[in-house]
Amino acid sequence: MSIKDRLSGNEAVAIAMRQINPDVMSAFPITPSTEIPQTFSSFVANGQVDTAFIPVESEHSAMSAAIGSQAAGARSLTATSSCGLALMWEVLYVAASNRLPIALALVNRTLSGPININCDHSDSMGARDSGWIQIYSENNQEAYDNFVQAYRIAEHAAVRLPIMICQDGFITSAAVENIELLADRDVQGFVGEYHPESYLLNSKQPLAIGPYAVSAYCMEAKRAQLEALKNAKQVTLDVAKEFAALSGREYGLFEEYKLADADYAMVIIGSAAGTAKDAVDQLRAAGQKVGLLKIRLFRPFPGEEIAAALQKSKVIACMDRTESFNGRCGPLGAEVKSALFDAQLMPPVINYVYGLGGRDVTVEDFITVFAQLAEIEQTNDGGKKYRYLSLRE
Amino acid sequence: MQNSVEKYLRMDKLPHIWCPGCGNGIVLGAMVRAFTKINCNQNNTVIVSGIGCSSRAAGYMDFDTLHTTHGRALAFATGIKLAKPELKVFVIMGDGDAASIGGNHLIHAARRNIDLTAIIFNNHIYGMTGGQYSPLTPLDSMATTAPYNTIERNFDLAELAKAAGATYVARSTTYHATMLTNLIVAGATHKGFSLIEAVTACPVSYGRRNKMGSGYDMMIWQKEHAVPVQKARNLTPKEMQGKFAVGELYKAEAPEYTEVYDLLIKKAQGIPKEG
Ligand SMILES: Cc1ncc(C[n+]2csc(CCOP(=O)(O)OP(=O)(O)O)c2C)c(N)n1
Ligand code: SF4
Ligand SMILES: [Mg+2]
Repeated sequence: MSIKDRLSGNEAVAIAMRQINPDVMSAFPITPSTEIPQTFSSFVANGQVDTAFIPVESEHSAMSAAIGSQAAGARSLTATSSCGLALMWEVLYVAASNRLPIALALVNRTLSGPININCDHSDSMGARDSGWIQIYSENNQEAYDNFVQAYRIAEHAAVRLPIMICQDGFITSAAVENIELLADRDVQGFVGEYHPESYLLNSKQPLAIGPYAVSAYCMEAKRAQLEALKNAKQVTLDVAKEFAALSGREYGLFEEYKLADADYAMVIIGSAAGTAKDAVDQLRAAGQKVGLLKIRLFRPFPGEEIAAALQKSKVIACMDRTESFNGRCGPLGAEVKSALFDAQLMPPVINYVYGLGGRDVTVEDFITVFAQLAEIEQTNDGGKKYRYLSLRE
Repeated sequence: MQNSVEKYLRMDKLPHIWCPGCGNGIVLGAMVRAFTKINCNQNNTVIVSGIGCSSRAAGYMDFDTLHTTHGRALAFATGIKLAKPELKVFVIMGDGDAASIGGNHLIHAARRNIDLTAIIFNNHIYGMTGGQYSPLTPLDSMATTAPYNTIERNFDLAELAKAAGATYVARSTTYHATMLTNLIVAGATHKGFSLIEAVTACPVSYGRRNKMGSGYDMMIWQKEHAVPVQKARNLTPKEMQGKFAVGELYKAEAPEYTEVYDLLIKKAQGIPKEG
């Protein structure tokens, strides 16, 4: 049974958290994710959840407290944005390497400087190699649905890794949209109780978490962690299948939108996918074969599947909402190009940087991108491979 | 004639964007008045700020300014002072900035007695992020993270700084703006780590939730709860309950860090002491 409501992305995630009823939330406020712990703290204060809420004094402490409580066998979570995530850096790796399935609601915001509070993906993209599973959401509904699925993926015996559920700051976090919620008991049934195999203070199984590993063992530990991360791909699909049976809403590793026969494809992450779909619709109505691939799972990166989905595309645009300062491409561009290369596909790929620091991106902007792709095919001239979209020059 | 404080303000950045009734403008006013009193030289003064409503003040002052990250202003300022000890360095922080996320930097800057002038805008709350309680929120207050009142005890920032080694500690309020100006003057001319706590009203994120009325009412609250330090010394803890002392709370002499540092380097290089 679904419940219709109107919620901001932050409220939707806070409600998912209430329905999950985790054991511990530690958090520190930062725009634009503040509303999540704030809303949740009222659920705690009103006795609607059994969660212990820890209003810590920094994000480093928020993640550290979550690591401590998760290690003690308590289902733990936090929420943050931007420099808050950056301040967690050191301990993000600790959470992942200790195989602690913490959930983090990330509301994407740019990193300083210049100081700016608006959306881009530089925060989570910076953390993309920290060993966390990363899932991105296009709208409020997806942010909610992804959060409901988070623990099932993270806690799976073959995975046991922390998970970051991302949504775009302000664009979805503050905007109020129609949404369908699941009943509390359905979420509880779906997510289930947390029964960790090992945890601190279990007198039958004393445990050392986070000890020093000499060079003879350190590498094996990392390799084992990689296997777990790779397993998250299949588990994400399995969990999505069960979720579809419950909610009627289907999710995969990514979404293909009018992609099957598209000559010109766009690969994109997050809320701008909605805008890009409008551009696709308009161009399709005018008879152009354009399509879209929207990333859901970014870590682990489903490279083979993405290459297969793009194999018919003649020219591809990779849209990065971050500048990764490597001098030649953004993180999404790098991933997609390496996936295509491994699949021995060599279409022209143009990497666009867009929407930094909340720069608005419109349907017209995306139409321009598709026009540039068409031009590249017609003139057989790839031109610049790394471009900025709607930059004031 | 140009108003004498104007030369210290970036007039093109005014009016400021603080909420109506916010006390931050009064603290800013006290700062620029203090600058005129000490005839502050813009060419050898740096203003460093953290992140928060209060830290915006740095943007309104016509100096070389460094707007940093939340909680770390003192660490940046320490770097500036060590690189160029001849500079005068003011550090602007909120109560969250100074005592919560950046509390560690505060105690260590105080412990080293490095010659920085720290001005803490204490509005008893995280103003910028919408009213979450800080380590300076009085016990039993309402906050967005404490819908049924806070149960955590608050720091006395002045006592904390003193215990950590600060050699000049003072407190005033936006109601006592002239006193605030004078304390900033004294702190700025003191050699060593000085901390001036400015109690200021945040009617929007703190006052409203705690039924304290408008910015004006909150200044009256300051008037009624502040006790001059000379008087406070003769009152019992019970009599001081819920009140706070204002004025010059502590002053001491101790070796200043950049000077001691300089001496050490000279010694290591075998350069004999002057005089
Ligand atoms: C690492 C980090 N975490 C969180 C924030 C979000 N943040 C901005 S200002 C602020 C609190 C401000 O409170 P305070 O220091 O008292 O300054 P005020 O706004 O009250 O003047 C917070 C938590 C941030 N900017 N950086
Ligand atoms: S929120 Fe409070 S501290 Fe910030 S500008 Fe408004 S009144 Fe001032
Ligand atoms: Mg404050």
